[in-house]
Amino acid sequence: MVALAGADLELREGEFLTLLGPSGSGKTTLLMIVAGLIQPDGGEVWIDGQLATYAPPFKRDVGMVFQNYALFPHLSVGENIAFPLRMRRLPEATIQQEVRRVLDVVRLPDVGGRLPRALSGGQQQRIALARCMVYKPSIILMDEPLGALDKKLRDQMQLEIKQLHAELRITVLYVTHDQEEAMIMSDRICLMRDGQIEQIGTPDELYFQPRTRFAAEFLGESNVLVCEVVGVEASRVVVTAAGVRLRAPQDERLRAARRVALMVRPERLAIQEAATAGPGAEPHNRLEGSLRQVIRVSGITKYYVGLDSGQTVVASTLTGDAKTVATPGARVGLTWPPDAGILLPEAATTER
Amino acid sequence: MSRAGVAVEGVTGAPRGPSGWWKGWPLLPVLAFLLVLFVYPVGQLLWLSVVDRSGALTGQHFARLFASSLYVDVLLITLKISAWATAFALLGGYPVAYLLATSDARWRSRLTFWVLLPFWTSFLVRAFAWMVLLGRNGALNKLLEATGLTSAPVAVIFNLTGVLIGMTHALMPLGILTMVAVMEHIDANLPKAAATLGARGGQTFWRIYFPLSLPGAAAAGLLVFISAVGFFIIPALLGGRRETMITQIIIEQVQDLMNWAFAGAISLLLLVTALVVFYLYDRALGMSTLASGTPALDRRGGGRENPVARLSAWVGGRLIAILGWPSRPWARGVLVPVSLLILAFLAVPAFFMVPVSFTTGGFIDWPPQGFSLKWYRAYLESPQWMAATVRSVGVGVVSATLAMLIGVPAAFALARREFTGKTGALALILSPLVIPRMIIAVALFYLYARIGLVGTSLGLVLGHAVLAIPFVVVTVMAVLKNYDERLDQAASSLGANRARTLYHVTLPLIRGGLVAAFLFAFVTSFDELTIALFVTGGLTTTLPKQMWDDALLKVSPTLAAVSTVLIVFVAVTIWLAERLRQGAARA
Repeated sequence: MVALAGADLELREGEFLTLLGPSGSGKTTLLMIVAGLIQPDGGEVWIDGQLATYAPPFKRDVGMVFQNYALFPHLSVGENIAFPLRMRRLPEATIQQEVRRVLDVVRLPDVGGRLPRALSGGQQQRIALARCMVYKPSIILMDEPLGALDKKLRDQMQLEIKQLHAELRITVLYVTHDQEEAMIMSDRICLMRDGQIEQIGTPDELYFQPRTRFAAEFLGESNVLVCEVVGVEASRVVVTAAGVRLRAPQDERLRAARRVALMVRPERLAIQEAATAGPGAEPHNRLEGSLRQVIRVSGITKYYVGLDSGQTVVASTLTGDAKTVATPGARVGLTWPPDAGILLPEAATTER
Repeated sequence: MSRAGVAVEGVTGAPRGPSGWWKGWPLLPVLAFLLVLFVYPVGQLLWLSVVDRSGALTGQHFARLFASSLYVDVLLITLKISAWATAFALLGGYPVAYLLATSDARWRSRLTFWVLLPFWTSFLVRAFAWMVLLGRNGALNKLLEATGLTSAPVAVIFNLTGVLIGMTHALMPLGILTMVAVMEHIDANLPKAAATLGARGGQTFWRIYFPLSLPGAAAAGLLVFISAVGFFIIPALLGGRRETMITQIIIEQVQDLMNWAFAGAISLLLLVTALVVFYLYDRALGMSTLASGTPALDRRGGGRENPVARLSAWVGGRLIAILGWPSRPWARGVLVPVSLLILAFLAVPAFFMVPVSFTTGGFIDWPPQGFSLKWYRAYLESPQWMAATVRSVGVGVVSATLAMLIGVPAAFALARREFTGKTGALALILSPLVIPRMIIAVALFYLYARIGLVGTSLGLVLGHAVLAIPFVVVTVMAVLKNYDERLDQAASSLGANRARTLYHVTLPLIRGGLVAAFLFAFVTSFDELTIALFVTGGLTTTLPKQMWDDALLKVSPTLAAVSTVLIVFVAVTIWLAERLRQGAARA
């Protein structure tokens, strides 16, 4: 069994890069290899221009924040933060000064004398971060650091970490399985799957230009229709999905493909009563089906529509815009401009 | 090429799997030690039983073993006594274990003390206590006569009754502690869930809790039975001629007749018996019942195939039919007093030694007469007793230190690394627990006799270390199993090398466990009689050996005085260890 099958990745100085993927995708293994806690079977790791593939963790100048924080339970908060400085044999005065400084940075100036378990989860999280920042490592690694916090605190900590990253210009390699968290925090996202890198790019690139069905489905919601390629017309690819002709932008990669997957984000789908036609210069794509369910998630209203082929697709609009177009059971039409569609390889798994 | 930040190129990796045997190098000292002082001598002893003087294979010793019914009868008596004692220990121990496992933390630690106290008190002291209680002029007979229930003394000692009382008492703490280890892992929500699903009172217990706890009872049964088969102190002191057990025959062959080959043959018989029991047990229940207190049910996947599950469902069904559905308050109302009575049975007898030690009379009769410290003076002023005490403490400290030095690195490697041969190595390290101690003792005696270690402290230290190593390894492995390895990884990522991680993080956090392991090893040696029986003598005796020799002549109040000192010593040690453990948990 292989946890990681050849990953290439470069982190720029000051960058916040997130390894995103489902459990078992190899993201934690990759992080552990960078930290030096797991030895790779092959390949190279460079840190700050130094070859560090087989260097022990304590010689790498990396900092790591663990999911359970791994604060030493027998040492006070201050001594926890002082630990890396003591290991580097800094003078006592410098140590005390630095400990005070980072406690201020994480806005917990008065907890130095307490034991870690006297702190709340969010406070422990900040101390774990402080313990990493205090010795200014070239890179801070974070392994699902917010996984143990409740939703509200997690939202708050996401912003705090992002703000600290912006203020201190630290390089961060972050691991999470939460795509929203990755979208909120990252400069770039490295999407992983089955021990390989599926796609690397900015959050926008991954959202608007996913390269595979997996990427499209993992980040955000998506509707995927499997289609037969009919031909090319006026720089649009013409496909049929369950007998309906649809148009989509061309993609060089899929020039020879006979079957493709057409992906459309729910917010690009417009829902109308059955008889209306789509507006605009270029004719919009259009599918018909019956409305199954309407769900309101605070600001967003989602419409689940059963197509005639049996597949269910989802369309979403801002709740404020939502005119109650139809009641469940009604016949509705879904339209979208051809530009809003993305053609992807048909296979759920990419060819390797 | 200049690189800022971090670059990873073509990295591949697999999750940690078994790798070469050399990863287990920290085990080398302990394995070498056991090979020389355990595997080799035991093998040598067993080999002796199948060769004649010229070294050719022979069956003569076994022919003699089975020539008359004498030895077979002793074996059968041994099995019979062991089976009864195991049954009583489990029946009495189960309610106590249940009470311990279901009490809140404060009550549990208080009640556990009264299980640990007899558990750590020497078998010798406990046997003496029963002599005070059950003797012709003992407390029980005096009570029966005073209340007019009997006119003449009842014979409850130097017969089967005495042996069974003594052995049940001796073995029950081990059974309780084993069962509690499993019961602690039973999710307290399960009986509650059963109640919400419509199970009434006793049904939640008999249909849910009881079946889940049976793997613990099964494990306890095996441990208790294997221990019982190797007993000799209790049958020798509380039994009659007809309750002679197999290890007593081995002692006779070695001490009186110096017949090594025949002792080897009986040892082989004992060993085979133990292995057959083990094998049958494994066939019936699966060894997984013994693994770290996890019920066999989840290990094996489907519980339906598991005989324990099937047996327990059947037993549970029968019991519900017989006992009806007692409502919960009623059941608890019976459980608590019954358990407390059993705890009293375990804890109280030893305290009968205390008043006897202050008697002015010359016997251990009940009630003691007057008040005097002369028996303490007799103990403290006797060079023999003092030498034995000093020697026992010294040998205990040195052998425990030795066991820690070679056992702790082994435990670290076993708990944290994967390497080929790990299972086999662990089995070898644990086997001194399973092989009857008498066999190890005779084997070491034979080895020592040839290399001149008989009568030396070194011989005792080495022998006791063999017995203490499994306890050290098991205790430290258990501590490391609960240790969060990410703390070490954190220390390493923060710049601490291996040695500084160990010194500043790991060791401070597992200190309580290490102290417990040391105490375990120390008491194992301090209490040890089997090896001391052969390897010591005359002026080079140990405390248990001195007590045994004295007891064979006459159980005098001096023994009561020594026993009282030992009980106080054990109680203080348990109290200290508990304080340390709680301190470690709080830090």
